[in-house]
Amino acid sequence: MAKIIVVTSGKGGVGKTTSAAAISTGLALRGKKTVVIDFDVGLRNLDLIMGCERRVVYDLVNVIQGEAGLNQALIRDKRVENLFILPASQTRDKDALTQEGVEEILAKLREEFDYIICDSPAGIERGAQLAMYFADEAVVVTNPEVSSVRDSDRILGLLASKTRRAERSDDPIKEHLLITRYNPDRVTSGDMLTLDDIREILAIDLLGLIPESEAVLRASNQGVPVTHDASSDAGQAYTDTVARLLGEDVPLRFHQAQKKGILTRMFGGSRR
Amino acid sequence: MKLMEFLKRERKKSASVAKERLQIIVAHQRSQRGQPDYMPMLERELLEVIRRYVHVDDDAIQISLDSEDNCSVLELNVTLPKS
Repeated sequence: MAKIIVVTSGKGGVGKTTSAAAISTGLALRGKKTVVIDFDVGLRNLDLIMGCERRVVYDLVNVIQGEAGLNQALIRDKRVENLFILPASQTRDKDALTQEGVEEILAKLREEFDYIICDSPAGIERGAQLAMYFADEAVVVTNPEVSSVRDSDRILGLLASKTRRAERSDDPIKEHLLITRYNPDRVTSGDMLTLDDIREILAIDLLGLIPESEAVLRASNQGVPVTHDASSDAGQAYTDTVARLLGEDVPLRFHQAQKKGILTRMFGGSRR
Repeated sequence: MKLMEFLKRERKKSASVAKERLQIIVAHQRSQRGQPDYMPMLERELLEVIRRYVHVDDDAIQISLDSEDNCSVLELNVTLPKS
């Protein structure tokens, strides 16, 4: 029986798709059979981040409307075994998704996979609500910035009321905080909310902290999820995040400003 | 002395301003969590009705819905100005 995890945030541009791609890649690298689903119908981008945009033939909407089988639409990742991508449609609008259709697809995937990662669209409307509706756990992606934190709190409200677990009064969805684009230097200078500020305000468990990193743009440029860049800070931070998702106790890294040595000061070191 | 104070005065860090603002707005959001969708509308309309008789400010009205065992209690608090 697979675990369904929604990657969500409310606000756009905080790193949902990057995180969904990185986490699903990390889970597959750990040997878990994983599928990552793009729920952003109309504005699909997960295929691009995963580097499989030229192999998309059928999509989520095709499967829901019976125009293609689930196995025809699933794209096998070329880099990791056990990883599959279910892309979103680019031509239809979000009304093409139905709750019954999504439920049916998830039920089929549940039998075959260990983890189902749902990459939510931004906003709090239909697409976002469908992405979270059947979830067992939620990764709330938050930037250390006021609008992102406020929107994350709104999403927490929806997770607690507009999901199947909430409606059936089952065990509530397990909520995890994932802070992205964290810049320890700016935190030290007092111009960025600290890790503890965000934790205190949102009051949910911290799953991971991803530092602001050049590796992320480099990864998306190349269509290779940043988890593969094992020498980068962001890649390592996502690997830690995945380990925690699997229940391991991993100490936090990259949350403190690096002391700059004299050479870095003089010549300026590039961030990994 | 005044000059020293001026020089020593530290500009309030922007992150702590952000935190204070967020704490207020999030507390407000949470107080509205789980309440029925019609509550903001109900609050506005009640305020309109009251204003037909007395002049009150926007924040003079406080409304909350509490549910007990098998009934819900709508609590309405209006602060009227001294006449």
